[in-house]
Amino acid sequence: MSNALELRDLHVSIAGSHVLQGVSFDVPEGGVTALLGRNGVGKTTTLRAILGLVPSTGGIQLLGHDIAGWSTHLIVRLGVGYVPENRDVFSKLTVDENLRLAEAGTEARYDDVYSLFPELKERGKQLAGTLSGGQQQMLSIARAMLNKRALLLVDEPSKGLAPRIVSEFAAVIETAAKQSTVLLVEQNLRVVKRLAQRIIVLDHGEVVHTGDADDLNDDLLVRRLLGVAGAA
Amino acid sequence: MKNVLKHRGALAGCLALLVFVFLPFAGFSIPWILPGTLNVVNSSGTLIVLALCFLFAGVAVGYDLMIGFTGLLSLGPVLYFASGAYVFDIAITRWSWPLVPALGLTFAVAFVLAVLLGAIALRVDGIAFAMVTLAFAQAFYFLIENNPHNLTGGDTGLALSDLRLPTFLSGAVSNTRNLYWVALAFLVVAFLVVWLVTESVTGHIFVAIRENERRLDVLGIKPFRFKLASFVLSSLIAAGGGVIFILVIGTAVPSTVASTSVTISILIMVVLGGSGTRWGAVMGAMVYIYLQQYLLKVSGEPSFATLPAVLRVPLSQPQFLLGALFVLFVLFVPGGIAGLFARFAATRNPSLDKPRWRTLSVAKALKK
Amino acid sequence: MSAFLVITFSGLALGAIYFLAASGLSLIYGLMDILNFAHGLFMTLGAYAGYEVAVHLTSSLGAPASLTLAILASILGGAIAAGITEVFLIRPLYGRPVSQILVTIGLDLAVVGLLMGGFGSSSLQIPVPTWLLLATHVGSLNLPNASFLALGAGVIVLLVLEWFLRRTRYGIIIRAGVENREMVSALGIDVGRAFTLVFVIGGAMAGLAGLLYSLVFSGDLVSPAQGDSLLIFAFIVVVIGGLGSIRGSAVAALIVGLLQDYTSFYIGGHQGWAEIGNLSVVLLLAVVLEWRPRGLFGSVA
Repeated sequence: MSNALELRDLHVSIAGSHVLQGVSFDVPEGGVTALLGRNGVGKTTTLRAILGLVPSTGGIQLLGHDIAGWSTHLIVRLGVGYVPENRDVFSKLTVDENLRLAEAGTEARYDDVYSLFPELKERGKQLAGTLSGGQQQMLSIARAMLNKRALLLVDEPSKGLAPRIVSEFAAVIETAAKQSTVLLVEQNLRVVKRLAQRIIVLDHGEVVHTGDADDLNDDLLVRRLLGVAGAA
Repeated sequence: MKNVLKHRGALAGCLALLVFVFLPFAGFSIPWILPGTLNVVNSSGTLIVLALCFLFAGVAVGYDLMIGFTGLLSLGPVLYFASGAYVFDIAITRWSWPLVPALGLTFAVAFVLAVLLGAIALRVDGIAFAMVTLAFAQAFYFLIENNPHNLTGGDTGLALSDLRLPTFLSGAVSNTRNLYWVALAFLVVAFLVVWLVTESVTGHIFVAIRENERRLDVLGIKPFRFKLASFVLSSLIAAGGGVIFILVIGTAVPSTVASTSVTISILIMVVLGGSGTRWGAVMGAMVYIYLQQYLLKVSGEPSFATLPAVLRVPLSQPQFLLGALFVLFVLFVPGGIAGLFARFAATRNPSLDKPRWRTLSVAKALKK
Repeated sequence: MSAFLVITFSGLALGAIYFLAASGLSLIYGLMDILNFAHGLFMTLGAYAGYEVAVHLTSSLGAPASLTLAILASILGGAIAAGITEVFLIRPLYGRPVSQILVTIGLDLAVVGLLMGGFGSSSLQIPVPTWLLLATHVGSLNLPNASFLALGAGVIVLLVLEWFLRRTRYGIIIRAGVENREMVSALGIDVGRAFTLVFVIGGAMAGLAGLLYSLVFSGDLVSPAQGDSLLIFAFIVVVIGGLGSIRGSAVAALIVGLLQDYTSFYIGGHQGWAEIGNLSVVLLLAVVLEWRPRGLFGSVA
């Protein structure tokens, strides 16, 4: 089985702070790999480094290409979808315009997206800034899934959302994972246990554990690595 | 031997200082570079040019304190420069004050202006801060042009009357040497002040503000006070420069003293020399002023008029040449002259975008 | 009363020109984080382009036709100058916003110096059709035709700009980029092209603003430094309106234009208050910044 993503000795410094101190891991093709860790260990920074949004040193192999130093838009065009931590929808644009921006040529799968998120079709002309948190998250995920993507980078999709909605999104990600590889950053362990096959744990800018999702059933391990007791 | 190498910068500076102090006694002329004999008391203007170099070097190093070290991109230093020149001029010429009270008033006014306007401007950050400082400086320019109560002389400016000046200072012609030394003294004082401040804990906090302001908040230090301090100190030095300027030049005219082109010149001096390095600002200023005056002189030469228009027109405009030089430096030599030297000496070189000079942890600095 | 209306009209015309200058600046800042100090240069170059066309074509084509061409020339001149600037000076400095600002300062200095050398610091006169120098009778008022031209241009540009931003793909990209440049890249879009486009649009409008300013307020005179003196007001309008907002620029431009003309007319005549028009604008800036640091329509970052 080949790897969708390979990181080798990734270092990132932000404003004088050495955030990633030699991160190395592989994300095999297919399914969901979860990137875990306490707050501030560098999970989001890792995703941003992969996308070329922050400068980094080290090796990054994406879908067979060596992308270290590439511009973001070229990396994304290789087939990467990004669902950022703060949703980052364009609040002054309508829902339709937000989606339109995500179009890449003629592949746009509006039917699929609308069947997953019918609300987005209804609220097409609404300004994205006026949507609720859950709706914005829908839009953010829809944007990433509009085109067929080989790799989806999803950053804390459940943050700030009610449990019922979280479970809906989990279902969406499950569907997405059938067609793409998903690298999921999540703090909500229940979601992780439901979705992920493999886990990678970061601490202080380094990888401290890689393994199967089953490892999360080991409470002692979980408490040691993540500082939480059992499932959220 | 190692110690000598480490302090070679300071040694070079002291050596240069000595040379400049004794320059007016030199009895020779260096063709092309220093036209005219230098020890002639009725100076050929070379001493005046050097005096201008010194005073702007002082202003530039003060400005570098603010933009290079503290990271505050102010576009209004000309306001304080102009206030220094004009308040001093008005006190001496219009009100016939003696020297010391005039100086006192000048610095008092500059101080009050800097504190008030700085406090307002520093309420916003980054680009908005730059805009506010620019707008205030422009307003000051309008104010001067307005000629309120016939104080400033409006467009035609105000000539400095030497009735109340001590004889050693008055008259650019008869006392060129003295003015030259006064300007040099100003540079030395300004440089020392900036040097002392930047080496102190306060200076390290300035750098910390430039690098990562939010971290200071976390450490319980209020950046605003320090930013204001940097602003005020820089402005006071600029005001001092204004005083020296009017002593040397003899007249304050809005277009040369109060317009934004002065700000741009100072900014170019600092960037040309290399921001955040102190001596870079000094070098940049000296090179800039010298080039400007030299180019003006050269374009007046008779042989110049024989050049074809395509060459003559650009070369006769110092503004074009300096602007083009600046653009080239920004593109290819972001660390400025100091940066070039540093590259040869294989040490770090700073630039305004990603300054890396002395990134200290403030907590460490505070423990000193 | 009629004086008030005439001044209002003139203030609106001035506002229209400020809008043309400021909207480009605002977009450039909003999308690229660059304070474009060369914007004044684009204005000046536009005016000179218009001048050259008018001077050379008036005799053969007649004044009205050459005026139209002059206007087109100013737009093109500004656009080309801006495009060259972006490609050769701004792009190489990507990721270094302070250096980008500095390079525009240097460019402005250098080229204005060149213009002064080439054209002399004295002003040149643009030949114009006679109707431009006259006024139209509206009711009991005599309103200058040149001001109509400026107002008309302002309105047309506003409509075209709004259409462009709302209806075209690049317009949407630019609006999104002003909000969040990173995310636009993260959607696979090359923001660099949007940068060039925004610079060119800004330059085109600046060129037009420069020519119109000469025609309406400068007695058809063109001089090397005119753009730079207009630039400071354009910056003030941008900051008052809110960096990155076209609507903000429009509203702020009108307010500033009116304020400047009203204060200049009603107070500026008195002894010692000649510069009140300019000073009042700066005062307005200080007031707005104290009350609303992001500008009237600025978004919270």
